[in-house]
Amino acid sequence: MSAADTTTPAKVPPTRPSPPPRADARKPPGRRGSGSAGTPWLLLAPCLLVLALVMGYPLVRLVTLSFQKFGQSQLWGFQPAESVGFDNFAGVLGDGEFWQVVVRTIVFAAGCVILTMVLGMVIALLLQRVSGWVKTLVNIALVASWGMPVIVATTVFKWLFDSDYGILNAVLSKLPGVDLIGHNWFASGPQGLAVIMLLVIWGAVPFVVITLSAGLTQVPAELEEAARLDGAGAWGVFRYVTLPILKPIIVMLTTLSVIWDMGVFPQVFVMRNGHPEAEFQLLTTYSYDRAFVVNDYGQGSAIALVTVLLLLGVVAVYMRQMLKIGEVE
Amino acid sequence: MSTVSAPRRSKLGWNILGLLVFVVVGFPVYWMLNTAFKPAKDAIDPDPSLLPTSVTFSNFGRALDIADFWGPVGRSLIVSLAVVVIGMIVGLLAALAISRFAFRGRKIVIVGILAVQMVPLVAMIIPVFLLLNDLNQYDRLSGLVITYLTFVLPFTVWTLRGFIVNIPKELEEAAMVDGCTRTGAFVRVVFPLLAPGMVATSVYAFIQAWNEYLYALMLLSQKNQTATVWLGNFTTKHGTEYAPMMAGATMMAVPIVVLFLLVQRKMAAGLTAGAVKG
Repeated sequence: MSAADTTTPAKVPPTRPSPPPRADARKPPGRRGSGSAGTPWLLLAPCLLVLALVMGYPLVRLVTLSFQKFGQSQLWGFQPAESVGFDNFAGVLGDGEFWQVVVRTIVFAAGCVILTMVLGMVIALLLQRVSGWVKTLVNIALVASWGMPVIVATTVFKWLFDSDYGILNAVLSKLPGVDLIGHNWFASGPQGLAVIMLLVIWGAVPFVVITLSAGLTQVPAELEEAARLDGAGAWGVFRYVTLPILKPIIVMLTTLSVIWDMGVFPQVFVMRNGHPEAEFQLLTTYSYDRAFVVNDYGQGSAIALVTVLLLLGVVAVYMRQMLKIGEVE
Repeated sequence: MSTVSAPRRSKLGWNILGLLVFVVVGFPVYWMLNTAFKPAKDAIDPDPSLLPTSVTFSNFGRALDIADFWGPVGRSLIVSLAVVVIGMIVGLLAALAISRFAFRGRKIVIVGILAVQMVPLVAMIIPVFLLLNDLNQYDRLSGLVITYLTFVLPFTVWTLRGFIVNIPKELEEAAMVDGCTRTGAFVRVVFPLLAPGMVATSVYAFIQAWNEYLYALMLLSQKNQTATVWLGNFTTKHGTEYAPMMAGATMMAVPIVVLFLLVQRKMAAGLTAGAVKG
């Protein structure tokens, strides 16, 4: 700390030019401010400390664990954890089931993200065209579903899709030629995951709609008008005027959605009463299963690490976008 | 005449679509409330009526009977409030540092805080579990509080930063020209302007902590469960009793949804501050 204080001023004069203009504007010249080099770090210290403890350390531990043999006996301290090199990864990657889970997770997340974004965009555009009172109604419904705790939403969907008394089967069966009374939506993986996808989308669409609606208000009406005068149809205006202006928001929302939808856990876990069947396993539940059910923490960590690595590319795009936004101020 | 009726007719079409969206999006919430207040025997009617039949509160009594409700709710409250208080204090300091100071490494800190937000929490459950186990914090509320800070802190810092940058620096500068110290300028000028944003951020952080499920499930034993885990485990000897379950869901969701409705507008403004200009 003190070392930093003494070294930085010595080096600083050449690089300083950027702060001083602000400093000068901020206060009458020559008054206080010289002790401020350490202030931001002092303000940041508690935050960084907490994050290092609960995020930094576990992240490192996740990596080391994935290279160790770590089971029950290591957990209770009967045996020290020993390094096994790439054995965990070899075990995981050599398992056919793992690749099925990877493909299933990617298909599931892609479905969620695409449908969420498309529906979100459609609803946001629709809200621009409806009367005020309809807009208010839709907004209330959106915010209510957005605010619903995930667990509550999951139990509600479980009830809607219940095979015997669920309202969905009863209503659908009223349609001519449809008989779904007693139909179990969770008997097969794809159908069950489709229901879970619906649940995820239902919870995710409101955030997208509300953020996009806020963005749409920033699209200058003159631009759209001009495009229309130049002969662009509704689609043309959307494609060449609205969409490019909204692009930063769309990139942000899409990357966030990818990260969230790849991390879906409670929905599957609670829908399947705490024991998702093999057909329902996503990377998250699979990793959980390996660690806490099979008690192989090493392999569980390896799976989690692979998930994080899969997401790195998406995270990079998101960060670039956020930094661009951040630079404006 | 035709010039008036044409736009009106097109509006009618949009409105019908809008109402359809309203019905589809709102239905799960409606059906939760509908089931919670209907007599248990109507809930297992094979031909359920879409409209409310008769109103009863007995499902709520049953939900409270099946398992201890107030214990989990109390624990959820303690954890969420602690997370909010610590998160807001620590987060505000950090947000001030990255929004009001130019210093070396600022950008790295910002990248770091954003990156931390992106690590899927589910992936961290194994090492976090082992860490708390080592620190003797397994099955303690304090352990859960500290864990929740991982996702509440980055969010708080980032959102507060958004609110702070929207407060013109000139206001602070003016106060300092008039003889305030930097701290004085903050307390007298920035803080009052920031207060609404802070309230909204706290409420939002509270909701996030309150809604969390996985860590609560993994880091606390059955006897110390929180409200979300309580609802997730809602089964009885007779299988799942849906009417009381929906009553439990209602009790958990309504206060949260109301809180959320109150702050949502403010939050959307903070989150998207400057987003379009990029």
